[in-house]
Amino acid sequence: MSFPAPRRVIPIKPEPVSRLSASEHDRIETVCTAFASLPGALLPILHGIQDALGFVSPDAVPMIAKHLNLSLAEVHGVVSFYHYFRTLQPGRHVLHVCRAEACQARGSSALETHAQASLGIGWHGTTADGAITLEPVYCLGNCALGPSVMFDQRLVGRVTPERLDALIARLRTES
Amino acid sequence: MTALRVYVPGDSAACSVGADDTARALADEAQRRGTAVDLVRNGSRGMLWLEPLVEIETPAGRVAYGPVAPEDVAGVFDAALTGTNHALGLGLTSEIPYLKSQQRLTFARVGVIDPDSLDDYVAHEGFRGLGKALAMEPAAIVACVTDSGLRGRGGAAFPAGIKWKTVLGASGEQKYIVCNADEGDSGTFSDRMIMEGDPFVLIEGMTIAALATGATRGYIYLRWEYPDAKRRLATAIAAACARGYLGADILGSGRRFDLEVRLGAGAYICGEETSLLESLEGRRGQVRFKPPLPALQGLFGKPTVINNVITLASVPIILDRGAEFYRNFGMGRSRGTLPVQLAGNIKHGGLVETAFGLSLRELLYDYGGGSASGRPIRAVQVGGPLGAYLPESQFDTPIDYESFAAIKAMLGHGGIVAFDDSVDMAAQARYAMEFCAIESCGKCTPCRIGSTRGVEVIDRLLRAEQPAKQEMLLRDLCETMTQGSLCALGGLTAYPVLSALDHFSEDFHRHAPTRTPA
Repeated sequence: MSFPAPRRVIPIKPEPVSRLSASEHDRIETVCTAFASLPGALLPILHGIQDALGFVSPDAVPMIAKHLNLSLAEVHGVVSFYHYFRTLQPGRHVLHVCRAEACQARGSSALETHAQASLGIGWHGTTADGAITLEPVYCLGNCALGPSVMFDQRLVGRVTPERLDALIARLRTES
Repeated sequence: MTALRVYVPGDSAACSVGADDTARALADEAQRRGTAVDLVRNGSRGMLWLEPLVEIETPAGRVAYGPVAPEDVAGVFDAALTGTNHALGLGLTSEIPYLKSQQRLTFARVGVIDPDSLDDYVAHEGFRGLGKALAMEPAAIVACVTDSGLRGRGGAAFPAGIKWKTVLGASGEQKYIVCNADEGDSGTFSDRMIMEGDPFVLIEGMTIAALATGATRGYIYLRWEYPDAKRRLATAIAAACARGYLGADILGSGRRFDLEVRLGAGAYICGEETSLLESLEGRRGQVRFKPPLPALQGLFGKPTVINNVITLASVPIILDRGAEFYRNFGMGRSRGTLPVQLAGNIKHGGLVETAFGLSLRELLYDYGGGSASGRPIRAVQVGGPLGAYLPESQFDTPIDYESFAAIKAMLGHGGIVAFDDSVDMAAQARYAMEFCAIESCGKCTPCRIGSTRGVEVIDRLLRAEQPAKQEMLLRDLCETMTQGSLCALGGLTAYPVLSALDHFSEDFHRHAPTRTPA
């Protein structure tokens, strides 16, 4: 007489402990509650969280999924699809440098190299003093006045390496 | 004494070169002199090399000075108040040849009015198209747009009226108007200038589209890179709602139209219409198979008009002046005007709205004044990152959809990026593949994998590893991407790559072969 092999039990992975502070948790909850009833609410929620915290913490994903009745994979898939959403805490300032063709025609490749060398970081990196996060961007709509950069959502045109250094120096001293 | 009216653009391009500082200096200088000044932050006139362009209202008209730095402000004041000449003086704005020779229909108000003021909009013929549309049957509105010959200005150039007719004919309780304001093409900024300089015209155009098709809800899908446009649109939508131009009862007609702005998140592919709809629904911006057409099953599966900003912003003047008025501009099957954007290495970069038919050469040299660096223009890319690179021998091509298609190029959204002779065209071809790899949505294999293989093949070609074979492989890969991709991203990446290879092949064969062919 043979018995079926005992069923192998796969342990359910326990939910990881959230690293969010109470205030971060509350802010995420507020954003989710405010937008959850909108049609197509996920992008407005992700924008809201990034506006509030500076990034979309992976610990926010289960909270969003619960509000929208989505799987973790669906929410994670959306967060990771869009270049703008970041999952790591950025520096105090975010500097976007345009890499698109119109800026290339005005020397943006040299500016990219200069920005990375002068900050000592690569794309998506944050300086050791926590002042600046460097991001690439594909067109800021300032194509007649390139090369262009954007810091903290403010557009700057005709950026030379010297002007970029001055901007960086200013951002480092500002809180 | 009435206040002196002074205009300093609040357009983000103008502010990127110091318009805010100039405006502040003007206000300070006025206070120091005790002169009453009415400072208006208008949109940009589109002569971007002259920004910050300050205009001062005089009995003869608006007089322009530019580019005005904060330290020039006192001198400009002296000149304007005493009627003397100034080194930065440009005379009457309306007489500047760059502007005077244009045919501004869609951009008629941009740079002229205060973009935040609904009254200013109405005083400059605003909402007249809407007024006419409210008195018309939906089918008549659609017929007017069809007869005008207006084609989608986002790049695909599909006749707007036919799209609208499909939505009008579709059955469904809920229909949507979606505005594609995800202006991702490099070298283009006309959508941004409309939204920052005349946001009400977009609202009016969308409302007319809603009346024409029976839609009651609209979304403007705006890229995050345009925060100033977002603020202007929010102000304009609030004003339009408060005054009954939007909402439950448009101007007492009993018709409803609600409008909302949604932000994108830095995905170039979301400028593709089906991918944009996915994004609006809260998903990854992955392209949908067509059919079903968005006109029948679009946003949330409902019939949807999806048009570019310029398409929708061109509708009010068509309704106001009539289809024939608009159709009388242009050439061939390209009717009306196209706001062309001169960008990159160009001396007089900016916005030129004229009837179709001008040649590329006229735009580059008569308007653009040649390269900014003073070196010869070697190549221009028309139509964004998926547009072909054109050599000097093709500069006589007229601005017309069919003429561009005939030389395996495209007009796209009307962006023209000039490069001088220091450009390395092999690097530009490599970048086109790299860009496709970064921005591919990943749904179809030719685009997702092909773009990465494309970068590798170009790298091998540039290292001169069996160059003849690599070139054959690259051409074959481009063919696969063109024929096999689901949407224009993979499907058109071959344009910049092959045009660079065909017209500038010397840039691909600079290195001596490192090994002899087997």
